[in-house]
Amino acid sequence: MSSPSPSAYPDTPPPDKEPKRTGEWPLWEVFIRGQHGLSHRHVGSLHAPDAEMAIKNARDVYTRRNEGVSIWVVEAERVTASAPGDKEALYDPSNSKVYRHPTFFDIPDEVGHM
Amino acid sequence: MADNALFQFLLRMGDNTLVLGHRVSEWCGKAPVLEEDIALANTALDLIGQTQMWLGYAAELQGEAKTADDLAYLRDVWDFRNLLMLERPNLDFGHTMMRQYLFDAYHHLLLGKLAGSSDPRVAEIAAKSVKEAAYHLDRSGETVVALGDGTAESHRRMQDALDLLWPFAGEMFLADDVDDAMAAAGIAPELAALKAEWESSVRATLRDASLTVPDDDFAHKGGKTGRQHTEHLGHMLAQMQFLQRAYPGASW
Amino acid sequence: MYAQMIKSEATQDDPALLEAFQARIDDNQKIEPKDWMPEGYRKTLIRQIGQHAHSEIVGQLPEGNWITRAPTLERKAILLAKVQDEAGHGLYLYCAAETLGVSRDELFEMLHSGRMKYSSIFNYPTLTWADMGAVGWLVDGAAIMNQVPLQRTSYGPYARAMVRICKEESFHQRQGYDIMMKMCKGTDAQKKMAQDALNRLWYPSLMMFGPSDKDSVHSEQSMAWKIKMNTNDELRQKFVDQTVPQAEYLGLSVPDENLKWNEEKGGYDFSEPDWSEFYDVLKGNGPCNTERLNTRKQAWADGAWVREGMLAHAAKKRIAKVAAQ
Repeated sequence: MSSPSPSAYPDTPPPDKEPKRTGEWPLWEVFIRGQHGLSHRHVGSLHAPDAEMAIKNARDVYTRRNEGVSIWVVEAERVTASAPGDKEALYDPSNSKVYRHPTFFDIPDEVGHM
Repeated sequence: MADNALFQFLLRMGDNTLVLGHRVSEWCGKAPVLEEDIALANTALDLIGQTQMWLGYAAELQGEAKTADDLAYLRDVWDFRNLLMLERPNLDFGHTMMRQYLFDAYHHLLLGKLAGSSDPRVAEIAAKSVKEAAYHLDRSGETVVALGDGTAESHRRMQDALDLLWPFAGEMFLADDVDDAMAAAGIAPELAALKAEWESSVRATLRDASLTVPDDDFAHKGGKTGRQHTEHLGHMLAQMQFLQRAYPGASW
Repeated sequence: MYAQMIKSEATQDDPALLEAFQARIDDNQKIEPKDWMPEGYRKTLIRQIGQHAHSEIVGQLPEGNWITRAPTLERKAILLAKVQDEAGHGLYLYCAAETLGVSRDELFEMLHSGRMKYSSIFNYPTLTWADMGAVGWLVDGAAIMNQVPLQRTSYGPYARAMVRICKEESFHQRQGYDIMMKMCKGTDAQKKMAQDALNRLWYPSLMMFGPSDKDSVHSEQSMAWKIKMNTNDELRQKFVDQTVPQAEYLGLSVPDENLKWNEEKGGYDFSEPDWSEFYDVLKGNGPCNTERLNTRKQAWADGAWVREGMLAHAAKKRIAKVAAQ
């Protein structure tokens, strides 16, 4: 296979900064907002040469059954994820804040629904 | 005659989508990348769905309890009314996408006008189809630009495809008695009036794709009138119609 | 199954880590991509998910063989939608495998070079339209047996892919059975076609579950890791018990003279498939091995210029955008 040729035709600048030359399209994470007004939800991934094609591919791959009304795509390598080792530091503290949950408060039945 | 012209017009619409849908479906399992495989199948599915609507309406006009399947599976080559361009073999992916783009640009434009047709059924079918065609055009246009611009090889292949297909594009705008009758009845637009719009948008896209439009405006014809198809259509029908022909009257 | 004869990798990791890992699995926690995992777990999963993904995309071909010959517009659309779903399922599974640090291109390369396999079933030909019915009914039916429990598998991305796949697959087996019903109520020629399809595809479908447990050397570790949820024989028995009454309803006979209801075990006794044929197919000597693999290799080679062209265009666009800023 030929590689991108620098000057085969006019008006198209040579690509000087190539993505990783594996020839594989980058991986994108796909988020879709469904019909019912919920937030965008991660539905899966796919490969695409750029963001525009990623949106189109997401439409073709992940909304075959009318699943969505809005699509976000993010290049997978741009996603910053929490490290699994931080799990306790990140999530355990909220375990002790039981007052954030409505069941923490006892409301007498006579007061009615609250 | 008016009814017969409408029938012919519906066959043209339905045979275009039938024949192109068939060709696109041939890619299933063999596309350059999985994402394209899935996208091509979506396009083919849209086109088959549109075929059911156009040929379904044509069959109703025909009466005699005919169905869209009767029209698709039991007519011979001379009764087909699709554009020659659409029955051409897929060749490579570039040829497939260039054909798709040249047709989508026309189809989208035409369906947009047909949505305002004086015939309510035509208007209804077009209104549903035009949304699908808009996406097809968006996708095929972007692909043509990307591959025309991409590498030296992809550029060469897209230019070859354009050179091969350009002489088949003109047939889309060749009007005959059927088209004149449709325009007079307000059922379909004047084809000549679509041509300028089609050409300016197609030329702009092909310029973005760094491709050169051939100078010669010769146009092959004979598909939409049924006068003379290419040899390819017979082979396609031999495949498509095999079961209906081999087991007449069976229900599937 | 779509993943047959998956060899579990031996693991040489710190015993304390291994023990903690196994405890998480026993506690039904999901393992996620960035979590620590034994190297054997990772490698076994890559092999299993990869084989499953390959089976989906090679599995497009036997049914794809009839898309252009489907007998009605509706059947054509249904079949195309079904085969398209298989491409989608392959895609989800490749993405799940990619979270384990292997690229889709590498997996393709291993498929093309014969270092990775796909399910034996797709090396059989589809000769008549009834095969479209039988493949949906039997092959998808067998696949579902395995895929439903895999929704609870220990590896998060794999489990999530399976959830999506099972949801989408729900119509696949039904469309196959629907074709069979139509054929069995049809003309004599159609009934004959339907019986012929069952005759040819019955034993290859039983083979999908892999060899008998007593000959299956890799199961134990995979079951402990919850990447294999049931034994081959359990699933095969379940499949036969479910399928025989369905064949009876169609008025078709299962091609097995030893098939008999066994009151005591509450299931059917049935003949084993010819396992030497199974091993022949795995070795590459099935009726369609060469053809299937060559079709995939050809498609991949023919598509190279497209993938490169799209990528080169994307790179130029990026540069133009930077230059414009």
